Amino acid sequence: MSDRLAPEPLPRRDVLGLAGLWSAAIAIVGSLIGMSRLPKPSVLPESGRRFRIGRPEDFPEGTEEVLTEEKVLVRRTPQGVAAISLVCTHLGCIVSKDASGFGCPCHGSHFGRNGEVGGGPAPRGLRWLEVTQGVDGRLVVDADREVQPGTWCEV
Amino acid sequence: MANGLVENLRRLPTNFRESLVRHERPVTDRSRSQAVFTNLFLHIHSTRTYVRTLAPAATGGLGVAALSFFAILTATGIALMVYYTPSTEIAYASIKDLHYVVPTGRLIRNIHRWAAHLMVLSVMLHMCRVFYTASYKSPREFNWVVGMGLFILTLALSFTGYLLPWDQLAYWAVTIGANIAASPRELTDALGITDSFDPGGFQKELLLGASDVGQQALTRFYLLHVIVLPAAVCVLLGVHFWRIRKDGGLGQPGQVHNAAGKGVEDETPRSPDVEGEKSFGLMAIVHGTSPATDEEPGTTVPSWPFALRAELLVFMVCVLVSVLLGMLFDAPLKEIANPAVPENPAKAPWYFLGLQEMVSYSAFMGGLVVPAVTIVGLALIPYLDRDPTEQGVYLHGRHSQRIAWQCALFGLIASVLAVAVPVNFGWLRTWFPDVSQLVVIFVNPGSLLMAAFAGWSIVVLARSGSTRRSAIALFTCFVVGFLVLTIVATFFRGPNWEFHWSQATWPVH
Repeated sequence: MSDRLAPEPLPRRDVLGLAGLWSAAIAIVGSLIGMSRLPKPSVLPESGRRFRIGRPEDFPEGTEEVLTEEKVLVRRTPQGVAAISLVCTHLGCIVSKDASGFGCPCHGSHFGRNGEVGGGPAPRGLRWLEVTQGVDGRLVVDADREVQPGTWCEV
Repeated sequence: MANGLVENLRRLPTNFRESLVRHERPVTDRSRSQAVFTNLFLHIHSTRTYVRTLAPAATGGLGVAALSFFAILTATGIALMVYYTPSTEIAYASIKDLHYVVPTGRLIRNIHRWAAHLMVLSVMLHMCRVFYTASYKSPREFNWVVGMGLFILTLALSFTGYLLPWDQLAYWAVTIGANIAASPRELTDALGITDSFDPGGFQKELLLGASDVGQQALTRFYLLHVIVLPAAVCVLLGVHFWRIRKDGGLGQPGQVHNAAGKGVEDETPRSPDVEGEKSFGLMAIVHGTSPATDEEPGTTVPSWPFALRAELLVFMVCVLVSVLLGMLFDAPLKEIANPAVPENPAKAPWYFLGLQEMVSYSAFMGGLVVPAVTIVGLALIPYLDRDPTEQGVYLHGRHSQRIAWQCALFGLIASVLAVAVPVNFGWLRTWFPDVSQLVVIFVNPGSLLMAAFAGWSIVVLARSGSTRRSAIALFTCFVVGFLVLTIVATFFRGPNWEFHWSQATWPVH
């Protein structure tokens, strides 16, 4: 009983007041943290990035065709068909073909004929994209699936 | 009854005026002071201002200029929002409408564009003024940090505004910006951990709301540009101004602050008769029977009208310059955004070109690490440099001036080398084709330049034993480096970011 009369280190009133204050603070900060989940989309609002590029006959051996809209280069060799992404691995500009490979207009990255880094700031080579042949025989490129450079789709 | 009403109507103008302002005409010191501190908008000023504060050379009016441009941008921005539509389908067309159809739309858009450039410029010059007059020192350290926050917000406002016209420049500048946000991937890719830990991808997704620049990105940038960032600027501006008052107004020569951080003479100006006594507002300046009332406090003048007049002058000059530029030069608008064909060369606005030059060495180091270290380093200057220094004087002391010139020369040589060596001799990959990607990321001209500047300021510290001189070294190197990289990127970079002495030697497409 005697310690009830002794002065408490933190008065009860203050404990309640502080508890109230901290609960309010935690509630406000907690709601803000909860709200901050909103801007990160759980589904990306965009169409799929698989696209048909045509029949194998459309690409006779030795052709190299740039598909501007899809931002890929389709290459046909005796080994098969491959698609190389033309999006620069540095900062996303579109590279263009030149004499010795590919050059980027934005920051001067340079890539060899097979997309390997030749110079400039690019941290890695151009992406090779997966090419498959659909049941109807047409070739399909999936821009979301990367394959090892040197992977050919045999046709 | 009726007579009473008529009488009230007759006295309405007087009564309204008296309820609006509760002081006499501002002709005496007393009523002038009242005019300032009974007014919500003016009471951010002290009732009296140091004469020296109003001298044009003391501040160049740069802070007020930055505020004026912000005001101009707000007014013209609201006007532009009447017609602008943030949709990828008609954003470009609505800018065209503003340019060719809307009455005064073209002029207002031009003013908005040039005022934005001028705001960035005046914020930068204001920062230089504050630094070189040592005005960041105690008790003003925190206001320097707030100022850095405003600097970042100014750049962010300008960058988000860049996307809105949806032209080629906008599209590719923001593609590049978003990929800079994603550039930690360079590091995580090189370490092979991107699948499990991808902060770069997260940042990019947060910024764009998608994997490419599209409608989601436009909505987000519009939101940031018209609401989020301006609101943040207003809050920080309020803190910035309030702290100026609380920290004792403009730093004055003769105020030397000791290392303990307590100001010696950092009080807001008051009349001399109440020095050291409790001041009850008005009583400080009232004309009366106190012994000192007839003494003219020669170092200060009433803020009304002198300080207000000076501010109004700066504001009017800012309006004049923006309107003249707006009448003479059209804000650029390229072709409509085309995701398949980048601009060549795709150049950011001038204040980002130094950054773009560094990004052309490594996106992660040049675009994120070097700017982040620079900003944090600048913000920490007042806490690292605690030397007592005379405030309010440009580069106090001959020694400091010599240091500044030496550092300007060092910074010039170092930054020119950082550009000239890679241009003439290539860089690591040219010399060692099999070099590891991690080495390429970390050892590049941009990061070496930063290391050289930091090293140089440590050398200055060791030789002079003064943190202020070391800070001068660091800041001067930063300014010179920024200038050199900006000039190189503006004038000497052509298609594929190749070096050209003049545009005449650009290859023809």
